[in-house]
Formats: sequence, structure tokens, C-alpha cells
Amino acid sequence: MSRIKVKIKEQDLNKIRDICQAHGNQPGELINVLQQTQEHFGYLPAEIQEAVANELGLPVAKVYGVVTFYSFFTMIPQGRYPVSICTGTACYVRGADNVLQEFKRQLEIEVGETSEDGKFSLNCLRCVGACGLAPVVLVGDKTYGRVAPDGVKDILAEYQDKE
Amino acid sequence: MEKVKLTIDHKEVEVPRGTTIYKAAKQIGIDIPVLCYMNLEDIGVENKPGGCRVCSVEVEGRKNLAPACATEVFDGMVVKTHTMRVINARRTVVEFILSDHPKDCLTCKKSGNCELQDLAIRLGIREIPGQEYAEMSTYKTDYSPSIVRELDKCIMCRRCEAMCNDFQTVGALNAFNRGFDAAVAPAFEMDLQYSPCTYCGQCVAVCPTGALTEVDHSRDLIDAISDPNTTVVAQTAPAVRAALGEEFGQEPGTLVTGKMVSALRRLGFDYVFDTDFAADLTIMEEGTEMLDRLKKHLNGDPDVQLPILTSCCPAWVRFIEQHFPEMKDIPSSARSPQQMFGSIAKTYFADKIQTKRENMVVVSIMPCLAKKYESQREEFAVDGNPDVDFSISTRELAHLIKEANFDLMNLPGEDFDRPMGESTGAGVMFGTTGGVIEAATRTAYEMHTGENLDEKIVFEQLRGFEGIRKATVDFNGTSINIGIAHGLGNARKLLEEIKEGESEFHAIEIMACPGGCIGGGGQPLHHNDTAILKARQKAIYEEDENKPIRKSHENPEIKTLYKEFLGEAMGEKAHKLLHTKYFDVSRKIEIS
Amino acid sequence: MHLLVCGGTGCRASASDSITESLKERLQEHNLQDEVQVVMTGCFGFCEKGPIVKVLPDNTFYTEVSPEDTREIVEEHLVKGRQVDRLLYQAPEGGRVKDSKHMDFYKKQIRIALRNCGFIDPESIDEYIARDGYFALGTALNEMEPRQVIDQIKESGLRGRGGGGFPAGLKWEFASKNEADQKYVVCNADEGDPGAFMDRSILEGDPHAVLEAMAICGYATGADKGLIYIRAEYPLAIKRLKIAIEQAREYGMLGESIFDSPFNFDIQLRYGAGAFVCGEETALIHSMEGERGEPTFKPPFPAESGYLGKPTNVNNVETYANVPVIINKGADWFSQIGTEKSTGTKVFALAGKVNNVGLIEVPMGTTLREVIFEIGGGIKGGKKFKAVQTGGPSGGCLTEEHLDTPIDFDNLLAVGSMMGSGGMIVLDEDDCMVSVAKFFLEFTVEESCGKCAPCRVGNKRMYELLERITQGKAEKKDLQRLNNMCHVIADTSLCGLGQTAPSPVLSTMKNFWNEYVAHVEDQRCPAGSCKDLMRYEIIPENCVGCTACARKCPVGAITGERKQVHEIDQDKCIKCGACLEACKFDAVTIK
Repeated sequence: MSRIKVKIKEQDLNKIRDICQAHGNQPGELINVLQQTQEHFGYLPAEIQEAVANELGLPVAKVYGVVTFYSFFTMIPQGRYPVSICTGTACYVRGADNVLQEFKRQLEIEVGETSEDGKFSLNCLRCVGACGLAPVVLVGDKTYGRVAPDGVKDILAEYQDKE
Repeated sequence: MEKVKLTIDHKEVEVPRGTTIYKAAKQIGIDIPVLCYMNLEDIGVENKPGGCRVCSVEVEGRKNLAPACATEVFDGMVVKTHTMRVINARRTVVEFILSDHPKDCLTCKKSGNCELQDLAIRLGIREIPGQEYAEMSTYKTDYSPSIVRELDKCIMCRRCEAMCNDFQTVGALNAFNRGFDAAVAPAFEMDLQYSPCTYCGQCVAVCPTGALTEVDHSRDLIDAISDPNTTVVAQTAPAVRAALGEEFGQEPGTLVTGKMVSALRRLGFDYVFDTDFAADLTIMEEGTEMLDRLKKHLNGDPDVQLPILTSCCPAWVRFIEQHFPEMKDIPSSARSPQQMFGSIAKTYFADKIQTKRENMVVVSIMPCLAKKYESQREEFAVDGNPDVDFSISTRELAHLIKEANFDLMNLPGEDFDRPMGESTGAGVMFGTTGGVIEAATRTAYEMHTGENLDEKIVFEQLRGFEGIRKATVDFNGTSINIGIAHGLGNARKLLEEIKEGESEFHAIEIMACPGGCIGGGGQPLHHNDTAILKARQKAIYEEDENKPIRKSHENPEIKTLYKEFLGEAMGEKAHKLLHTKYFDVSRKIEIS
Repeated sequence: MHLLVCGGTGCRASASDSITESLKERLQEHNLQDEVQVVMTGCFGFCEKGPIVKVLPDNTFYTEVSPEDTREIVEEHLVKGRQVDRLLYQAPEGGRVKDSKHMDFYKKQIRIALRNCGFIDPESIDEYIARDGYFALGTALNEMEPRQVIDQIKESGLRGRGGGGFPAGLKWEFASKNEADQKYVVCNADEGDPGAFMDRSILEGDPHAVLEAMAICGYATGADKGLIYIRAEYPLAIKRLKIAIEQAREYGMLGESIFDSPFNFDIQLRYGAGAFVCGEETALIHSMEGERGEPTFKPPFPAESGYLGKPTNVNNVETYANVPVIINKGADWFSQIGTEKSTGTKVFALAGKVNNVGLIEVPMGTTLREVIFEIGGGIKGGKKFKAVQTGGPSGGCLTEEHLDTPIDFDNLLAVGSMMGSGGMIVLDEDDCMVSVAKFFLEFTVEESCGKCAPCRVGNKRMYELLERITQGKAEKKDLQRLNNMCHVIADTSLCGLGQTAPSPVLSTMKNFWNEYVAHVEDQRCPAGSCKDLMRYEIIPENCVGCTACARKCPVGAITGERKQVHEIDQDKCIKCGACLEACKFDAVTIK
């Protein structure tokens, strides 16, 4: 009979410990801890969740339950240029779905996925508050307004040559 | 207590403030269907997430329907439980649930015992509109040594989650995902065997559908019995006889010991023995160990740790190995009765009937699902041949008896075979919370004091149903503090005390399941009625009372066993065959 | 002099950051940096015409400003004193309008919740104080008993702006009456309605208003801890709240012995992690406790047992934003605005097929027609008005016949929609109402927490059926089924999310029944928007074989030799419409 071993890099574990300690290792701070952890690691793979659970004294099933509940948390590494399509109502009635379909086609990934080269990931978000510019697309922090399907190529081209 | 008056289906009823509509209706004989709701009153677990909405009722003046299980009554409330609006809503909601539920009722293990199926029948559901294009949730099926999880059948009632977290504090199961994809599973949907699951089986005991069931060994049993070259030996745990009758229409608490033996014999077992025999043996070993440790402790030996903890419950053992590995040396090293039985059957008894262990199949019939896993632990095998080949649950046995077309209640009462069918009242008490420690106390008392207990044989202070009980037994001037816990959440509290060095106890008995083995995960389903568990407990004490011998150390076959084969309790041979050690199987975060 | 640059999300997306930088540089070039201050404010509201730059004190309102225009603004307006006419708002009926007061977009608005948005630097507590900020808190602490504060809010008739419209004063009263060693005041800033951004705008434009109101609420209810539950996706709002909290602590507006009274109050931020259901107060509380944001059955209400089991008052951002004004100007003043049962104003995010997209605040009782056609400037592109969706995923679609309905909580409910948090999406003749209902259902399905069966499974089934309708695969009896599903889901769901999920379907079935029937019986989408029900075809007589369409087609569905009639492979066609746009000979048609 052997123990279940979860492998994690030392510096990663130390980072998680720091974050948890900054929140007093309180189980009630789980969401804040996960936010900061994801901010640091970019995503929340299983071993990171195990370590958080261990630090906060929570069952890892519970941590996983929380991670999978909130759309902000992801277990998949995001692309270097995360593409987010606003699918708020204003953007929807002004054709956001066609824009989304075009991104999917161009990137050959589905929503929630990351392209093979790790460059782009595709997500939907609800209303960024720029309804005057609908439909709106975000790449990283940069906002593109009044995007039409045939403008998708140009947006991606901006990042194609970047590293 | 303040009372409120209300009307349910035109009938007036007066109930204490704070009562729910469901309970108030029940009081006047109105049966509102429920699905997710679970009230295990005697162990303080109430699951009412208000999730299934099957108990929806109409409340006058309220815009939408109210869930009867969660809505508290108020003075002057007017409730209608079966209007057309309610019937339509209930039916539609169950259609929704069924639209995301596999339709393999023909082969489902829960068929005939499924609350969802019962509900579909009761509500007259004949078709699921739109089924042909409705998307279904699909998950992989997970087979652990004890429990099978078919998540496709999960209806998000959250009962298992309540048992695993609130009652057991094991935390193996939790809701994950949200919306249509939500279900209850271990972290990352990992298999149970990699999770902190203890295999206590309480999730199975409360699951209303076939999402959580036991690993079924009845086919293995048929194969073993059908093989003419194999000697098939049965051992039956004490709690089985106190519950098996329920599957045959008997009132809870009906003892069917003799009829069970008879049925087993007719099924084709070559020998029908009693785990109670091994329970007596456990007392010999555990009691000796306890006295030994106690004596040393009282003499001031700093190397001896107290309290000593019982070790016959495999879910409890796995709990301490998983969750409190730093305390793994505290439980008694005595193996559980199931494993002691297997060990003796395949040595002592096999010699007696001149059979090789390879040609003998030892089958245990247990109220427990963790026993399936325990029998597979590596240390309980010799050259890959397990001491106990497999374990079947009370439910599986009931099924086989029905399958063989035996009318259990009309079978003659028969006695167990000898030698391993001889047992005492002490042994049978292993089936209930407090029973192991009472059995141990009887023996330890007499060994320690050299006096006969005579009519003082019942230790009332150790009996009861509260989750944690404390009692002091006077060993002729020496006060022995005893703790008892059933339910791993309660056990956790006692363990925390020990960890903090605040424990006042010399000895603690722990059982993972509510009420002890009588409430095990392999027993006939109690369908949320914990009064059933209490009735079974009563039956156990009744069996003890009716036994001519009620102290383990007086079991003549046990005496013979030591004389002919084992030698001394805790001696070298006993140590090899009857004791074990525990492992740290907790999750470890390791630097890579 | 001041130059106010709109720092709302829309304007920032259109480079208002660089406009600010650029203005500062130009000012330096002319050595005006000491005379003219550039201030980035909160949202002006008129997002359609953003980015906006306003010159004070003369109130010149420049629209659609780009960083390149800054030179002209500084050189012409500031140095030479001549306004830049080409950047002024162009009214539809002709002339340029200099001042926002004279624009149709602003004429009918009354700004209470948005009173400071676009007027002050949200990162400066001094500017907030200069506009009566923290005066109400001082009044409450020094001159009023908690009871009087609650009475004032009750008398004002203020109702919760988050959706349900529950009287705020009553809520405060419940929380105040429950005795406990610890109570909490929570601000729900988890705006999740997919077309509403008013809370965000308030927090970005006037964060102190919310802090002040929460402190007042804390005083009234007996709480000394405040928590703001805010979407992590609102980084600017978070940043400004953090600054505001720090400043308020520094000025003694938060902390111990506020205004030298025995009252202590402090505020912390909690982050939402993306779950619409957390707008429901019990779910929000569970989320703040680090749990899955699943709602629980009420009672107990949060006022009795909320955050960590303690009495908790939960209101949303806009509700709080009204509070200081009520204390300052009195309940009577407030209750005279609006209608009898819905007092005050309401902020709406006006968007969709309307000319003037933006954030507006109007008195309750304003009609939909006034909002859409006067403030909103009518329908974009001269198209025909079809419907207006209010209340987001919990609301419904209203039609022509509802245009003169005065907007308030009860009227909207009565006609099958609801106020919700204030999303208002205008739809035109090109919008298919079945698809709109499907859009909202898709949202609900994604956001359902999964706890109760009608919402978890029922809404999914409803979505699937709507999809079949838009694909022309549904039968007439399915409409009856859809209707029944709507009623049962509304009747049995655990929380507001599920209970109101069917509203978009019910209201479109009621108001646009014929559209449903057309999809089902004729496999036809009257708005021409359901892709599965349409075919792009080439009219051979008109096709000259220019290959323009084939070159534009993203999936290579169009074949044909040069100067030959082309053909569309229907199996490959994804109905994107690129060919229709590319064809100069009217040879592509939709059937």
C-alpha cells in the first residue's frame, strides 16, 4: 500500500504557501487564494489545486468543486494572446456570433481551448461595458470595437509574428 | 413550544413552529413524494438542498410552488399537495430528471430498489418527450474495490455529499462543474481508489439511484460453489442476521440467524461458520493487548500510548491511514474478525479437513462494503492467495436467496457448523456501536480483576445511539475511561482530542457507520428511516441475551484453538496470523 | 479650466487613455499645464459618440475625439478660444450642438445614481467631497438615530435596483432588528447581466458614493464591516475602489470613530469569479465564504443569517449610490421623482439597434418610447423597431404596443418583462425573436448552478427545443410543450435565476407567436436570420461569372469558371453572407 503522491516544483509550492499564508490559511479565503494563484500560474492544474487544498486544510474535491464552478478559473493554460469575444446581448444582436465562428474557424479551436502553438486561446465573456462599440473583441487587454467577421484575419495577423 | 395551525388538503393540523410542510403533512398521513430530501434523524444529518423539486406543493398566496421539504409552516397557511398544477409540475420535473438518466433499468443494480424508479411509477411517467434529441451527461464508470460509481445516473440529490462530508468528514466526494454538467465526484473525477475515500459505503447506503452501488461478487460466489474441487466456507457477520429479514418482508429487528444458516447451506456452502467466532478471537487478542498496554501505562511506562483504539472496522482503519497517518500506531494491532477468520480458516481449519488453502474459498457475508476492500489488502494474503477470497453484502446475499427461490422465513432454523461456528454473546455485539468495547470490557474486567461478572455482565453505560459516548467502568478500584464513536466525523473529534493530548480515554471504540455495522453500507437500504437501525441494534442485544455463553474468553472452541494451535494470546503464532500493522496512505505533496 | 476625458470602458477601448496623455503633452507645449487640468472621469454615458472630451467651465462637449484631435482642441479652443465645430455633436436634424444640456440624449435624463460620473476625478476624494460627498454620512452620524436613517430610506420608497425591486428600507430594517455580535453590509457588484454595465460605470466613475452609502447602511443596521463583492473582470473598478477605500480611511470616513462618533466601519473587497448566479444574494454570500456559489432556500434570509451566519444586508451598487442623495435631499424630494410605487430614477444600459447607445438615467415612469426614440435617437439605419428587451436573461421582449408603458418595476412585470438590473436592448426587423429567446436561454443554461432539477435539466431541454425550432425541426405540439416547460420551470426553480429563465421565451411566445408558428409550420424565419432555414443561391440570369463571390467565400463552397455561372454547394455553405456582400450584380439571393 502506498501513498498518493502529488509532485510539484519547490518554487511553485513556496509561492502557493505564500499566497495561502497571506490569507491566513483560512478555508473561507479559498476563492481569493485561487484568484491569486491563477494570476501567478496562469491556470490551475491538478497539482496546484492539491497544494492549495493541503495548505488550507480542505478536501481537494472541494477545491476542485469550486474551481469548476466559476468560469474565471481554468485548468487549461491560456494562450499568450487570449482572445475574448464579448457575447453580451448588445454584441449578440450586432453579430458577435458570426465573429466568434470566424475566430473558431481561423484558429481551429473551440471556445475554452488553446491553439496548439500556445499562442491563442479563445473565450467568451459577458458584456465588457463597451456596448457602443459592439461587437467587441479583446485580445489580452486590447479592445477591438465594431469587429466584423472579415476583420478577424487582420486582428490575428497583428499577433501572428509576435512571440 | 409555540404551535401553529395550518390547513393541508383541507385538513387542519397543529404543529410546532419551525416544522416543514413535509413533516406536518406526514403527521396527518399525507404522503408528499420526495427525492433529494433525506432526514437521518438519529444521527443528525438532514439533507434538504431543495434540489429535486419533486415535493413542490401549492401554498395559498404564494406566487410559485414551494418545496415541502424545506418550507416552514406558518399560522393560517393553506397548503394543497396534489392539485393539477402540482401534479403537472411534479411530473414535468421528473421527466426532466429522467431525460438525463440512463434507461437501463432492466440491468441496473438498483432496479426494484430505486427511489427514482419508484417515483416514475408513482407519477405514471410513460414517455420522456424529446428524448430522441436530448443530450445526456456521460461520464466514465469507476470501479473501486468496494464501490462502483456510475455518474451518468447521478441526479444531484447531494445525499452522498452530505454523508461523505458532513457526517464522515472524509471529503472524497463533492459537487463539481455547474449547470447541466454538474455532478458529484472525487477531485478531478479521479477514481475513488486514488481519492481519500474510506469505502465506508455510506454514500451507497443513501444514493436514491444506481449512481453509487457495491461491487457485486455474487457471480464469483456462484462460480466458486459450482466448482466441485473447491471447499467453500462462509462466515457471516453479526449485523447480517439482524437485517436480512427485512429483505423478506420482516419487521426491522427480526433476527433470522438460523434461517440464514439454513439458506446458506442450501445455496451450497460446504461450511457455514460465524464471524462471531472470530469476534471472540479478536477480543482475546485485542483484550489482551489492551490490558497489556493499560498495565504498562498504569505502571508509568512512557513508551506506551493510550488510548488504545479498536481496529475491526476497515473504513475506520483506512480513515486513520488516510487522514491521521501520524496516529497510525494507536489502534490495536489486532486484525478485524473477518480477517482473523480467514487466516484461521485457511490454516487451522484447512489442516483439520486436510485441504490446501488454494482449494478453499472463504466468503464473508458482511453488512459492509469496506470489507470487500479489506479482503483485498495485500498483507492479508499468503503467496497471493487471500485469506478471505471475497466479501458479499447482506443485500447480495438476500438477492441470491431470492434467486434460488428459497422462502427464507419458512426455512428451518439451523445451527452453524463447528468449530468456527461456536460463538458468544460478546461476539455478536460487534454488530452495534458500543458492542466491541462492551465485549472487550467483559473479558478485560475478568482477566484484570480475576472476578466473575455474573449478573453484572451488561454495561448499560456503553450502550446507546449518540454519536459520541463516554463512560467510566470501575475495574475494582481502577477507573477505566471509555470512549465510543460511530461515524467518522465523530471519530475525528476524538482523534483531534488525542492529537492535542486532551484525551481522557483509556480505550476508544470506533465504527465508521451510523449505529455501527448494523448501519453498514451493505445492509438492506434504510430509505432514510434511522429507526430501522435502532431496531437492528435491539436485535443484536437480544441475540446476546439469548446466548448461553456471553464472554469471549469462555468460548470453548476459542479455548481449543489456543490450546491446539495458537498457543498464547499475543504469542508468536497469534502475532503472525492475527495481527497486522497500518500504513501511511495520506496524500503527499512532494517536491519534484 | 478643466478638460474632462471620459474614462468609461467604451471610451477607454477607443483610446481615451492616449487622448489624455496627448492632451497633457499639448498643454505642456503651450505651457498651459498649470492652468488647465486634464481629468479622466467616469462614464459620460454617451458611449455611441465616444470618446468624449468636455471642456469646463464652458461645457463644450466634444464627441468622437481621437488622439490626433488633441492638438486642435488645445490650439484652437484653449489657446485661441475658438471651439472646434467639427468635434461637436451632430444632431440628427441638422445643426451642431455645443452643450450636452441641449442634446436629446441628455434632455430627459435626471442623474442621481450617476450624479458624479463624468464630473469628477473618481480617484480624488477631494472632488467627491466638493460635490457634497460624505456630507450624508456626517449628517447621519451626527444628527440622526439609526432608526431615523432607516425611516428616511423607507419613506423615500427606494427599491432594490438589482432586479427584484425589494424595498431597501425594509431590508435595512430587518437587518437592524436581528440582534447579533457581528453584522455585515454587503454591496453586490457582481454585475453579470449580459448587456448591463451601470454598476461598473458607477464604481469606475464615483466609487466614494458606494462607500459612503455602505457606511450609512452600517450605521443604520448596526454593522461595522462592509464587503464589496465585485467581478474580478472589472480591473478598473477594482483599482478605483481600492484607491477610494484608502483615501476614505485616510480622511477618517472609514475606520474607527468616523466623524468623531462612536461608529466604526471598514470595507473589504471580495472577488467574484465568474458566475451569474452569484447575483442572487444567498449564492453571493456562499461565494464570499469560499464555497460554490449555489443559492440556498430562503428563509432564512441574509438579514437573519447571512455572511458567516450573521445578519447581513445585501444591496447592489446602484441602490447604494442613491442613498447619500436621499439623506442629503430628503425622502420627500426623492419620492417625488418617478412613479408612486417606483420612486427615483433608473439607470439603463441602452444598446442594440439604436442610434445612441449609452448609459442613461431617467426618472421612473419615463416611457419606453421616450427612451428609445428621444434619448436613443431611434433605430439604427432607418430600420423598423421590432422589440425592446429589458431585464436581461430574466426579462422579456416588449413590442410596439408597449412603447407608451411608463417604465417602473410593476408595469414591466405586468407586461411580462422586468426591470432587472437595467439592460435595455433594442431589436429591429432583422432580429428573429425565437433566436433572441434562444440566446438568453443559452446564457441561462451556461450560468445555471445545477443545484435544482428544473433549472439544471429543464432549461437545457428548453434550449434544445428552441434550437430545433430555429432549425425547422420542431412540430406544432412542441410549442405546447415549450409553454408547459416555461411554466413549470418558473413555478418550481429554487432561485430567481431559474424562476425567471423562461421569461424571454414566454414573452416572445406571447408577443411574437406568429414567428414561432412560421418556424414550425412553414420552416421559415420571418426575420431571415435563422441560418438553417435559409439558403444562399445564385441567380443564373444575373451572374456574370466575375468570381468575386467565390474568392470571398471562406469555405470554398462556390465553384464556377470565370465568366461562367457560379454555383453554391449547400452542404459546404456556412451561410456567412460574404457572397451576398461581394456580389455587385445582385446575383446572390437568400431563400
